[in-house]
Amino acid sequence: MAYRYIVGTITYQFSDLKEVLAKATPARSGDYLAGLAAETYAERMSARMCLAEIPLKQFLEELIIPYETDEVTRLIVDTHDKEAFAEISHLTVGDFRDWLLSDIADSVTLKRIAPGITPEMAAAVSKLMRNQDLILVAKKCRVITSFRNTIGLPGHISVRLQPNHPTDDARGIAASMLDGLLYGAGDAVIGINPATDSLPALMDLYYLVDEVINQYNIPTQSCILTHVTNQIQLIEKGAPVDLVFQSIAGTEKANKSFGIDIALLKEAQSAALSLNRGTVKNEYGGSNVMYFETGQGSVLSANANFGVDQQTCEARAYAIARHLSPLLTNTVVGFIGPEYLYDGKQIIRAGLEDHFCGKLLGVPLGCDVCYTNHAEADQDDMDTLMTLLATAGLTFIMGIPGADDIMLNYQTTSFHDALYLRKVLGLRPAPEFEQWLKTMNIMDAQGQIQPVSKTHSMLQNMPKNLLSAQLKFC
Amino acid sequence: MSKIPKDISPAAHLSVDPWRQLKGFTRARIALGRAGSSLPTKEVLDFGLAHAMARDAVHLMLDIDALESGIQSQGFKTIRVHSKAPDRPTYLLRPDLGRRLTDQSLAELERVAMLSRNAAVTIDFMIVVGDGLSSLAVAHHVTPLLAEALKYIPAEWKLGPVVIASQARVALADEIGQVLGARMVAMLIGERPGLSSPDSLGIYLTYHPRLGLSDADRNCISNVRPEGLHYVGAAKKLLWLAKEAARLKVSGVALKDESDIQEIDQKSMLHISKL
Repeated sequence: MAYRYIVGTITYQFSDLKEVLAKATPARSGDYLAGLAAETYAERMSARMCLAEIPLKQFLEELIIPYETDEVTRLIVDTHDKEAFAEISHLTVGDFRDWLLSDIADSVTLKRIAPGITPEMAAAVSKLMRNQDLILVAKKCRVITSFRNTIGLPGHISVRLQPNHPTDDARGIAASMLDGLLYGAGDAVIGINPATDSLPALMDLYYLVDEVINQYNIPTQSCILTHVTNQIQLIEKGAPVDLVFQSIAGTEKANKSFGIDIALLKEAQSAALSLNRGTVKNEYGGSNVMYFETGQGSVLSANANFGVDQQTCEARAYAIARHLSPLLTNTVVGFIGPEYLYDGKQIIRAGLEDHFCGKLLGVPLGCDVCYTNHAEADQDDMDTLMTLLATAGLTFIMGIPGADDIMLNYQTTSFHDALYLRKVLGLRPAPEFEQWLKTMNIMDAQGQIQPVSKTHSMLQNMPKNLLSAQLKFC
Repeated sequence: MSKIPKDISPAAHLSVDPWRQLKGFTRARIALGRAGSSLPTKEVLDFGLAHAMARDAVHLMLDIDALESGIQSQGFKTIRVHSKAPDRPTYLLRPDLGRRLTDQSLAELERVAMLSRNAAVTIDFMIVVGDGLSSLAVAHHVTPLLAEALKYIPAEWKLGPVVIASQARVALADEIGQVLGARMVAMLIGERPGLSSPDSLGIYLTYHPRLGLSDADRNCISNVRPEGLHYVGAAKKLLWLAKEAARLKVSGVALKDESDIQEIDQKSMLHISKL
């Protein structure tokens, strides 16, 4: 359906809903690269004004990527909860923004209507929202998950400990892991991006992390971020797999370029559930076994965007995530490079949008607050984004020694950054993990990180790989 | 009179991490210590310097004159070309433009190609040097790497000129190789700089270069620098791949890099023969 909007003497024409969405999007390099961005500031605003008047119902009628050719669209349509939608079905996109900001939309209400919201509706309303709106509404959304600890409780923020090493050296990984644990990080997951693709080497990594978790009796979970097919094979071979990882994107074609489809993810989920390694027995169940990563621009880079802007594509990936009840979903916001998100301003905006859309849809969204050295960004931008996101109730951030990932060659957030957020905003780790930190004298009763002495039990009782180096801490 | 504090050493505000020995196992920034729960000043400044080096690697223009004379001193002819990306900001925003030659560069290469055709010469192997995302990598490593590579290039191979490409992406070598009719092209290009590796050089080998190829059609050797893969190792690997590509008439995923295995095999053969 064609849309038009008149501003003064100029009539702006949009050939369909996806063009309105693309042109209403705050400026970013990836949409220019795709040739989808508004050409003038006024055109962008007219697209937003046009979008504000479109009824939410229209998003169920006018599918931006055809049902017949895309399984993500089919998932969105087939799992749409009409009853949940009924409460907001009378609203336009502009009304929906007002409604979300109003006190009627409290945490309970937002949770109730989440299955009635499609990714396109979430993306659409985010395009009308200022950064503070994205923060305020996300903060009201509650998405709580569990495996060996409980993630996403209000007033908490978790950390993925990411002890990467360029050659997967066991001692290098163990050293970074110990560093992070002694800084109170690792409650979201201890997750390694391996350099290798070899199954025996991956198996070793699973055992390495599992041994550390068992040795110190840490209430957390591990993940090795290799292709999902490798993980399924390793489960069959008896690997101690906690969470199954996969990168996902918002179109079937993009996912195909990753070598996956929804059925394969389902298969992986069943395989991980069959191991029954989650231990939390509270109301949240301990059965969230998936860890997804996403990021604006991945669909375009796979040449699979079908004229849809990168932020809307990103929100569609959350439909897949939502379907598979992940423990964690991570938008890796600044990793892709300046041709998709050029500078700190664009990265910050995208991070807030992704977090808002994910939470609104009911996905436990964390953020790899990050940048590459060819982007116009620096640590100050990361400070800004992590502070904004933590204020908005972000589920988790990355924790890397000194914010410098020596394997993936980019900068993300550090163990120190997590301590900063906890201190400034009064946020706490997952409760089970916090208890462990206190037991280990890493955190005091007030939640402050403690100095670690040479005689600390973790240094006196090092992981096997470090012990073999015969280090002395006395 | 005011009381003198017990410990007035400047480091009294810092918590030191007593696991600094573990730094021997990784270049990761572990055991940094804390000022409160934040980074100590020294670490903030060290990080800032590393980022500055990486930023300069991306943004400083390559000194082409110096590079050219270095390459020529190895006995190579050189040609300079430019991609369609006129400057660094455009290059960063439009990867597609970095993959194509300007009309002027294209015309120049076509003239060179015509001369080769007239002389009935087909290039077996040629090298393109692209600034990529780290001019520092190219400035530091290309000349010594070429000196090493020359030792392993078969004498019967016809070598093309070394093409020095500005604002270049990897795939620019496809167009260059195609225009010059080269059987194989190796692109030496500055990789995306990391904080601990601002000058890492990448090598991409493509058999039968032509427009429209993808990364799956190339073999990559990455992290070439003295602290990573040294010049001798990189040169041997490149020429092992190039000889295999020439033999199998293919590069990319269909050509598995088994240079390490072969080397090991040779060593073990040597061992056996000694027995």
